[in-house]
Amino acid sequence: MLHRVGISSPFGGNSWNGTSRGSRQRILAMFQRYLFLHRRSLIRVFDIFFWPVMDLLVWGFVTVYLQEAMPSPLAGLMIFLIGAMISWDIHYRGQQAVTISLMEEIWTRNLVNLLIAPLRLWEWIVASLLYGALKVGVVTILLALLAKALYAFELWQAGWMFVPLAVSLLIFGWAIGLLTAGLLLRFGYAAEALIWGIPFLIQPFSCVFYPLSTLPPWAQGIARCLPSTYAFEGLRLILQHGSAPWTIWLPIVSLNLLYTLLGMAWCVWMFRHARAMGHLARLGQT
Amino acid sequence: MTISELAVDVQQLSHRYRGAERMAVDQLSFTVHRGEIVGLLGPNGAGKTTTLHAILGLLQPTSGVVQVFGASPLTQRLQVLPRVHCASVDVDLPSNLIVMECLQIFAKLYSVQNAASRIEDLLERFELTTLRRHLVATLSSGEQMRLKLCKALLNEPELLMLDEPTLSLDPYMAQKVRELLKAIQRERHLAILHTSHNMREVETFCDRILFLHEGRLLAEGPPRAILERFNSRSLDELFIRVAATGELIDVA
Repeated sequence: MLHRVGISSPFGGNSWNGTSRGSRQRILAMFQRYLFLHRRSLIRVFDIFFWPVMDLLVWGFVTVYLQEAMPSPLAGLMIFLIGAMISWDIHYRGQQAVTISLMEEIWTRNLVNLLIAPLRLWEWIVASLLYGALKVGVVTILLALLAKALYAFELWQAGWMFVPLAVSLLIFGWAIGLLTAGLLLRFGYAAEALIWGIPFLIQPFSCVFYPLSTLPPWAQGIARCLPSTYAFEGLRLILQHGSAPWTIWLPIVSLNLLYTLLGMAWCVWMFRHARAMGHLARLGQT
Repeated sequence: MTISELAVDVQQLSHRYRGAERMAVDQLSFTVHRGEIVGLLGPNGAGKTTTLHAILGLLQPTSGVVQVFGASPLTQRLQVLPRVHCASVDVDLPSNLIVMECLQIFAKLYSVQNAASRIEDLLERFELTTLRRHLVATLSSGEQMRLKLCKALLNEPELLMLDEPTLSLDPYMAQKVRELLKAIQRERHLAILHTSHNMREVETFCDRILFLHEGRLLAEGPPRAILERFNSRSLDELFIRVAATGELIDVA
């Protein structure tokens, strides 16, 4: 287990800091490590914005087409597609940021340097989550501005309730990110297809673009186990009626808590398993 | 020799990778003392890397006990890792960062005090000062190795693990790096565990060597004593004999 201990070596020199200040410093170091990646790489900056903007263009024009083709009472509902797309992107980017932080270390053969550093696993995870939150925040603001400019869609028409719904989607993204990071630790590159594919496995059951009632009963059972379903149902209600019942928060909070704890436990378990098997230092080769 | 003078204590270490037919390391026992340079030698597959990984807590051995400064690198890693560092030819630094960023980040991870002056001092010692604003990816393999050594000395470790540290260096720079490491080792009474296939380097650099073959310890002692004991003119010759026959015949 990772212990909280301060080290004061009688032999001088190393002075590892086990306090909360030391933790903050290490989290900041890892956060900077990921930020620096974008400093001088236009390709990486481009990669953050490219897919969300492309998605917005596609869903935006689909919305415009449907609005023109449908009778006016239904046309108003179609605008939800843009809000749903932006909200799904928050979940997806959150998941990707956690996983890509780990992938980055494997790609650059830097993983061992971090594993032999006095860095706690949770400090690394927190840095990845913060990096993900920053990326999501920047992309969401850009998408909101573009949606307003191109389609006259105002994300803030959802009001302040949009913020906790977005945060809940981000947290669920982090939980899935921990699950996929665990798969990467366990199976190495062999798990790469799963890492990119798992969010799309969740998407149909999250009722991103349609109400829960659209799904067949067996699929509704699965959908009710996902916090994202309640978040998208809530978002639809807010855009349609201006508010959502408070009852949606019980499943959102409890399921997010459950999945985040499960994600953390899974990630730690897989880390220990990979270490026991001697896979940790060989992750990039498998 | 008291326990407090032990940097590394490995007892009956065994490890078998899943699906492997033979043990990667088999009942291996040895110690490394403070201020001692120990060479870990052996043909490919001898178990050198597995041993290093067990000492660094990167793998959980099938059986046996590893202690570093009296603590377990597996269960007490935060007591062990601040006092240890490793530079390996097989582990790279983030290629998409510049030299200074890279060292600053690792200085923060190791809570290095006076990091700026420490980094400047190491860059100067390893003749990398002019490259401080360069992207790691643009450095030559020799420059990257020197940067890895800078990083490995950032936290002023008490135990330094070196895996082929001079492999990518030209003979002039390799000699300079060896002298520099020797000087730092004397200054700080540093324990060094060193693996290399450069037998001449091992002969001159190490106080003691551990000869491994197929996970087992074949011989242990100062290089000269080993050569006399096994009637060999050089470690190169001895190495080839071990790799070809898998055994050493003791003539002492």
